[in-house]
Amino acid sequence: MKQQRSQIGRTSMVAVALGLSLFAVGCKKKVPAPAAPPTPVTEPPKMTPRAPQIGSFTVEPSRVDRGQSATLRWSTSDATDVNISGIGAVNAQGNRSVSPNQTTTYTLTAKGPGGETSRAVTLTVGEPVVPRPAEPPKAPSMTWGQLWQTENAGDAYFDYDKSDIRPDARETLTKNADVIKRVFGLDAGASFTVEGHCDERGSAEYNLGLGDRRATAAKELLTQLGVAADKLRTISYGKERPTCTEANESCWQKNRRAHIEPVR
Amino acid sequence: MTKKILFFIAVGFLAAGAALLLAQQSDILSVITGGTRIPAIAAPDFKGAGDAGRFMPAFNATLFSELEQSGRLQMVAKSLYPLEVPQQPSDFKAPEAPARRGEQPRRVGPWLTDWFNPPVNANYLAFGYTAVQDGRLVLFGWLYNVGQPDIASAQVVGKVYTGSLDDDGARKVARDFAADILTQFGAVSLAGSRIHFVSDRTGNKEIWSMDYDGSNQKQLTNFRSITTMPSVSPDGRLVACTTFARGQPEIVVLSAESGRRLTFYNQRASMNANASFTPDSKHVIFSSTAAGDGYANIYMADVNGGNLRRLTQVRAVEVEPKVNPKTGQDVVFVSGRSGPPQVYRMNIEGTDIGMLTTGEGDAVNPAWHPDGKFIAFAWTRGFEPGNFNIFVMNVATRQLVQLTSGQGRNENPVWAPDGVHLAYSSRRGGRTSIFTMLADGTQQKQLTSQGNNEKPVWAKAIQ
Repeated sequence: MKQQRSQIGRTSMVAVALGLSLFAVGCKKKVPAPAAPPTPVTEPPKMTPRAPQIGSFTVEPSRVDRGQSATLRWSTSDATDVNISGIGAVNAQGNRSVSPNQTTTYTLTAKGPGGETSRAVTLTVGEPVVPRPAEPPKAPSMTWGQLWQTENAGDAYFDYDKSDIRPDARETLTKNADVIKRVFGLDAGASFTVEGHCDERGSAEYNLGLGDRRATAAKELLTQLGVAADKLRTISYGKERPTCTEANESCWQKNRRAHIEPVR
Repeated sequence: MTKKILFFIAVGFLAAGAALLLAQQSDILSVITGGTRIPAIAAPDFKGAGDAGRFMPAFNATLFSELEQSGRLQMVAKSLYPLEVPQQPSDFKAPEAPARRGEQPRRVGPWLTDWFNPPVNANYLAFGYTAVQDGRLVLFGWLYNVGQPDIASAQVVGKVYTGSLDDDGARKVARDFAADILTQFGAVSLAGSRIHFVSDRTGNKEIWSMDYDGSNQKQLTNFRSITTMPSVSPDGRLVACTTFARGQPEIVVLSAESGRRLTFYNQRASMNANASFTPDSKHVIFSSTAAGDGYANIYMADVNGGNLRRLTQVRAVEVEPKVNPKTGQDVVFVSGRSGPPQVYRMNIEGTDIGMLTTGEGDAVNPAWHPDGKFIAFAWTRGFEPGNFNIFVMNVATRQLVQLTSGQGRNENPVWAPDGVHLAYSSRRGGRTSIFTMLADGTQQKQLTSQGNNEKPVWAKAIQ
């Protein structure tokens, strides 16, 4: 607990420092462009017209998301004709709000009897960072049945005439126990049927008892793994409900199974 | 070294067993029936007077097959029969006494010796005729012991039978007449007996019922689930089966005639199944997980499910208990207590448990013979798992006879009330059907053709 608190202290200090440095950077940026040097009083007026001057030409902020607007500000002197590309003729000084759809470079051109000068600023337009509609929290919108369907690890398989849990079946049932527990987190009223099945080779009568053993063995393991026993009902289908009907070992293996079915 | 000796001993036993098996297969019928010699009977085609003649093909085919399939008689080939066939007792003409001593009697017409002597060599002759009386088919039937010296002492059966004037009526009078003949040879008539079985022809496994020759098939249950594993009470009135209609497999008891459901209280268990009846039809014995210890074991209860008693207690699967119909004292059942399923015997108290089969393969589906001395069962011994064949065992001596081989997967043998026939299911060419056969494995006959049909039980005629 103590350790945690000191951790928090350290973290907040770092955050303050970071904030300060950011502030500092922000200040530097805001330093206005140096003003035009004052005209020396002593200098005699010249007959030649003065070349137009661009006192300032800025865009604030220089980066916006599409749809947002930025402000162009400018000031000129000794110009008779001031023009901003994409906008047209403007006053010698002023401001204009712009909201282009893409990154745009604005060129300010000041013309006068003394010549012509120009300066450009670029407004970068980014994709709006659409605040992603918050990921629908899985829990409320997904039913526990869907959770089971998408996450369950499948059937647990057995050897011929055996109801011992093989290592691969243990792995499958362990995964399924976790999913079942998550299901109960969503809906405490959920329950499951553990079905025991057999391949076609034994007698139907004996297989009914053997399927019961397989279902019971699977349920016992799930219970050991923390699933409430009263949420699991066993049922043996013997060899009455095969999932595969060919007469070969790969098919027989598919049928020698414990299958978990959600109860609706 | 010891292993080698054991091996030779084992081989010796196997060879002896095989020899015993071969020797027994042809004798099993006489062993079961207790007879020493099967009598030969001749059954020439009967003729019908007037309109009755139209129905004689059905009559003659039925009479011949009823006698042939009884297992009690040996049929003399028709090609050996004499040309002159009697139709009534007055057709017989006793030979005239020889004019002189030392000469043979003079033949003047059909006589008993025509049938008794070579090449026919019959012991018995069934003969008679049919006619139409008041719109009914009437059969006049006789059975003669042709080894007797005169007609009076030859007559064993002489009776009139009536039926409707159609093929069904002709078959009926043939069966009635055959039943009277067979009674003379210790046969229990199968007339009126029915076979209950499982069929998926509606799309769901349901219990069905039919006459023992496959006719008159009708649906007994309509649970639209999985309903299977029927048994029938010894009096023929009740059928018990296992259904998934309410989820977990449970036992249902029905009226065999109406299909009406009777009260049966199922124990709270993941499984109550394989119920069969005691000889008095008042109790059932079944397989259940009622104790909740995770293994299907053998239980007994009243026919309504009350008064539950646990008979076995073992960490193994135990199913298919069947009470000896004669003694009511011993039970055969299938258990996995030693590994693969094998047939065991115990007494009705659940004690004195012993394995009947050898431990090889899977041995399942035991069914008592009506006399309580033999069982039939299905075994994979000598075959791949799942490749079942029908065997018969003398329970006292453990002697075995294999009845089927090389033809499909054969399971669930049950005895007919006559003790010489068996019904069973056989999967041949992807379909499972109900068959009957004689207890020596001959006369295999397919009774069903629609859908898959399995697990027959043979109910005696309801009195």
